[in-house]
Amino acid sequence: MKITREQVARIADLARLELKEEKIEKFALQFSQIIGYMDKMNSLDTTGVEPLYSPSDNTSVMREDVAGNNFRREDLLSNAPVQDGQYFIVPKIL
Amino acid sequence: MNDIVEKSLLETSRSLRERQVKVIEVVEACLDRIEKTEPKINALLHLDRESCLARAQEMDRSGPDPEKPLWGVPITIKDVLCTKDSPTTCGSKILENFRPCYEATLVKKLKDAGAIILGKNNMDEFAMGSSTENSAYKIARNPWNLDHVPGGSSGGSAAGVAAGQCFASIGTDTGGSIRQPASFCGITGLKPTYGRVSRFGLVAFGSSLDQAGPMTRSAADCALILNVISGHDPDDSTSVPRLVPDFLAALAERKDLKGLRIGLPRQYWEEGISPETMECCQSAVNLARDAGADIVEVDMPHAQFGIAAYYIICMAEASSNLARYDGVKYGFRDKSRADLLEMYRETRSQGLGEEVQRRIMMGTFVLSTGYYDAYYKKAAQIRRLIQQDYVQAFESCDLVLAPVTPSTAFKIGENIDDPLQMYLTDIFTTSLNLAGMPGMTVPVGLGKDTGLPVGIQLIAPAFEEALVLQAGQVLENALPGLGTPKGLS
Repeated sequence: MKITREQVARIADLARLELKEEKIEKFALQFSQIIGYMDKMNSLDTTGVEPLYSPSDNTSVMREDVAGNNFRREDLLSNAPVQDGQYFIVPKIL
Repeated sequence: MNDIVEKSLLETSRSLRERQVKVIEVVEACLDRIEKTEPKINALLHLDRESCLARAQEMDRSGPDPEKPLWGVPITIKDVLCTKDSPTTCGSKILENFRPCYEATLVKKLKDAGAIILGKNNMDEFAMGSSTENSAYKIARNPWNLDHVPGGSSGGSAAGVAAGQCFASIGTDTGGSIRQPASFCGITGLKPTYGRVSRFGLVAFGSSLDQAGPMTRSAADCALILNVISGHDPDDSTSVPRLVPDFLAALAERKDLKGLRIGLPRQYWEEGISPETMECCQSAVNLARDAGADIVEVDMPHAQFGIAAYYIICMAEASSNLARYDGVKYGFRDKSRADLLEMYRETRSQGLGEEVQRRIMMGTFVLSTGYYDAYYKKAAQIRRLIQQDYVQAFESCDLVLAPVTPSTAFKIGENIDDPLQMYLTDIFTTSLNLAGMPGMTVPVGLGKDTGLPVGIQLIAPAFEEALVLQAGQVLENALPGLGTPKGLS
């Protein structure tokens, strides 16, 4: 399957990435090659095969519904590029 | 190498415990070795010199603690594992100044066991790569030949252990990232069963595939580290509440391979393997036979689809996992933009490297409407078939033996401009992560054409690491050892 430049631009938008023209060009070519290789999966009939999403049997583990207080607010905020001691600060959205 | 750094982890921990050597002497020997080798191999992204020296002096004053199996032993950690209050960059610019406010569970266990963490190892950005050329900071080099890659993504760990900078490193393996660099650098590297070791504090790439494990200079050293880091963790729901055997004690229980059936997957032994790699791997098979193993051929009919299914799944998981790097909670932010969406785009485009962007985008594509069934679901179905291949193979054998890579370490720059070619070098390692089973690289020799290390991987059913370690040690004992890495002399 061939991936077009328009598709690459659309995917970049979904992934919140901004690509320069030459990179869109390059990725379109590389994605076509990579997806072309992946398409070999189509030669295998997998009708009725149950998908395996994790090798682990116990991905949904329950615990008591008790609130924990493992971290201090100031520690969690300490790595934020912009914060005011209470909240993460982001550019205006409204 | 000086005497101290040449020794095994096991031997060193014994000498430390018996006070034949001081902690400060061992730490200084490692730091000295780092000073000499680091400019050549770029194995480290961060070194904690002063605090390690202080810690060593403190330990010498307080004396050995018999309860701590790694008391005073210097090790390093791949920079994808969170170390409290010290840098954890994942080899990415986007986390350049990140200092986690918590410790990965396995790091905590290592510290509690008395290990001294010298520093953090270089790696492909977010563990995406097979050569450590995708590090945003510097390109690591193979101690056996500085023009060649150490492998990846745990390339810094493998190079550092091979060079004697430390007695062990903890790597992570999503599609071969422990086993492949171990093979390229001539060391031992174990990917435990999915669920054996807690991944709390392991920065996620492919959550259904990632596993951390030891990289050392012997099977016994791997066993000791695995003893320390294994076990259930309430903070990781995929870690398994299951008894952890004493892996080190298990090693004493087997001196040969009598009564063991070792399976050679037909599909792994016929495809595009370089003559020197084939020669070394076949000599390992002969050694296994001489040690009493019954060698049988096994069938892995879906092996040829392993790379396609693996890359679709890991890219899909990466696109979800890496959505968290948005310039809000931690890491780099482009502050020039007044609009939130623009801030996201600029931050991610500047902070993430090209291979990471490629994988996020490919993953976004295979998860998007109209392509999900054709790619992501299809890959998950093939994953089921690959897991069944292993389960069926283990009906006629106890262990599987296979090459780790089709050839020895490639040259720096050789594959970096062709992502698909780079992915294809992972042909023998990725299916094990899809199946979730344990595997270990054992160095078997030096290729006669390139003079570079060749490893072989031993694979066992889920939670049978003890068997892998036992067989690995038998092979190790039957082999002469590779000697000192030639690129450092």
